Amino acid sequence: MASLKIPASVPSPAEDCEQLTKAFAGWGTNEALVIKVLAHRNAEQRKSICEIYAATFGKDLLKDLEKEVSGDFERALLLWTLCPAERDALLVNEATKMLTASNWIIMEIACTRSSHDLFMVRQAYHSRYKRSIEEDVAYHTTGDFRKLLVPLVSSFRYEGDEVNMTLAKSEAKILHEKISDQAYNNEELIRILSTRSKSQLNATLNHYNNQFGNSINKDLKTDPTNEYLTFLRRIIKCLTCPEKYFEKVLRYAIKGLGTDERALTRVVATRAEVDMERIKEEYHRRNSVPLDRAIAGDTSGDYEKVLLALIGHGDA
Amino acid sequence: MKAGMFHETRAIPGSRSPYELESNVAGLGIDESSLISILGKLHPEQKQSFRKGTRDFFTEDDRLFERWDERHIAQLQHEFLRFKNAMVLWTMHPWERDARLAKEALRKGQQAYGVLVEIACTRSSEELLGARRAYHSLFDHSIEEDVAVHIHGIERKLLVALVSSYRYEGPRVHEETARSEAKILHNAFKAADKTKPIEDEEVVRILTTRSKLHIKAISTHYKEFSSSDITEDLDTELLLKQTLQCLYTPETYFSTVLDSALKDGADETTREALTRVIVTEANNVDMKKIKEEYHQKYGVDLSEKISGVANGNYRDFLLTLVARGD
Repeated sequence: MASLKIPASVPSPAEDCEQLTKAFAGWGTNEALVIKVLAHRNAEQRKSICEIYAATFGKDLLKDLEKEVSGDFERALLLWTLCPAERDALLVNEATKMLTASNWIIMEIACTRSSHDLFMVRQAYHSRYKRSIEEDVAYHTTGDFRKLLVPLVSSFRYEGDEVNMTLAKSEAKILHEKISDQAYNNEELIRILSTRSKSQLNATLNHYNNQFGNSINKDLKTDPTNEYLTFLRRIIKCLTCPEKYFEKVLRYAIKGLGTDERALTRVVATRAEVDMERIKEEYHRRNSVPLDRAIAGDTSGDYEKVLLALIGHGDA
Repeated sequence: MKAGMFHETRAIPGSRSPYELESNVAGLGIDESSLISILGKLHPEQKQSFRKGTRDFFTEDDRLFERWDERHIAQLQHEFLRFKNAMVLWTMHPWERDARLAKEALRKGQQAYGVLVEIACTRSSEELLGARRAYHSLFDHSIEEDVAVHIHGIERKLLVALVSSYRYEGPRVHEETARSEAKILHNAFKAADKTKPIEDEEVVRILTTRSKLHIKAISTHYKEFSSSDITEDLDTELLLKQTLQCLYTPETYFSTVLDSALKDGADETTREALTRVIVTEANNVDMKKIKEEYHQKYGVDLSEKISGVANGNYRDFLLTLVARGD
């Protein structure tokens, strides 16, 4: 369930644009007003606001935001205001230009989005970057990571609930075999993870657990320093229980000294309209403290305010 | 159809000789009207002479009757169905058509992998997406999972990636990258004795992710590194050659496929391509280019060739489709 809170009666996009212009007027910015508008509109509404803003003032709302605000707050607003497909396209493109640590981000997007949404990302990527997502991912990744990432971003998984139990048995066996042989980059393993529907995978992995006594992720923990194994475990988590995956990303972003703002912003902005309520539940369960308190303890100022608004706290 | 059934002479309309039956059923499809006019008039004794005289179709049974050879019934059935299959394929939504063609190709195995390449590479990105959607509806699986599970050989990676592609279709091409990738391909083809190009990761990456215009640019730059054309250097790597041709010169690919389908003695999978290509391309701008290319390569008009090889309603239907571009 989404955590995004939208007022019962939503002003028209024209009214919202007026408010935003007011917020930008003069020296400084009325950040609270910006948050009040943008952090309480869904994707369709935000899209209308951007369109009306451009039509009325001949300017790009995102560019104006960039001028008015800065730092983590700016990035959060920018990511949030973009519609989901464009946002994901931007995140993937950024990730291809970064170091290997960003393979996670590409994987996260490829595995947690629905087949339909992933295809919208591919379309948005064409428009924005004049290349296909798979050509950039292929070009910028290598070795075993590439072997997985390209099929993952290209997948268009069947989304029905139909599950073949015989297949679940046989493919659980294959997975177990390859893992026991430490053939972690084996083609069959990659095939199963990158092409099977999420329902089918769930059935296969449940069978794996029943048949072999351990969950597949437990069996993949043999070497905690092996980045590729971590990668595999995260893929599996993203495909089968994304809210747990996102809880972990948030936990690591917040805990300890300092905050990984990029990860925090990314998860909040990309999940606020999707399943943030479930992630919050998971977070509370796992950490014994509600997410809003954790975020408030770790961030400050307008950045904190926009994050809290997006996860459903703060003024509606 | 067995070689013995091919005759140069066609049925002479109005001829009373039933022994020309064989020529009415040579080639693709059935000349229905000739069969009707020739066989429809036969009295029982004439039918017996016909059966006794047509050794290929009928054999003398021990119990003193001329018996239909079952293989020939099956072959005739196939030929009678050619028109129906063409009609069904023609009226089908292109997404369903491509999904079913892909499924059929997987069922047939290695000899039909070219059809997967054809669908993945000659359709537009949106058409391929549509086919993938239809595949979900029809078969409750994704096309890539079925391709991956049915293909075990070295072609798997290429074919899975091809059916998963969603190529950029805009005009922008980065010439420098195209040039360096032409070099990468050239080096990979040269090293074919060490690593088969179809197993080379860079070859697969380039062919399965780059836009069609980019591939075209690569083929142009390729000549800076080799005296031969890129497809010439790939002559022994059939699937890779087909991939490249489909991507940047589909009319060449289609005219080659049509030529094979129209040849004497072609096997059924090859012959089916005639229906598939004509039905698929009849609506496209490409049909005109295919006809031109065919004429240039083989020195004969495509319609003429089809007239010479196909029969009856099937022939008339194909000719109608081929003429649509004019």
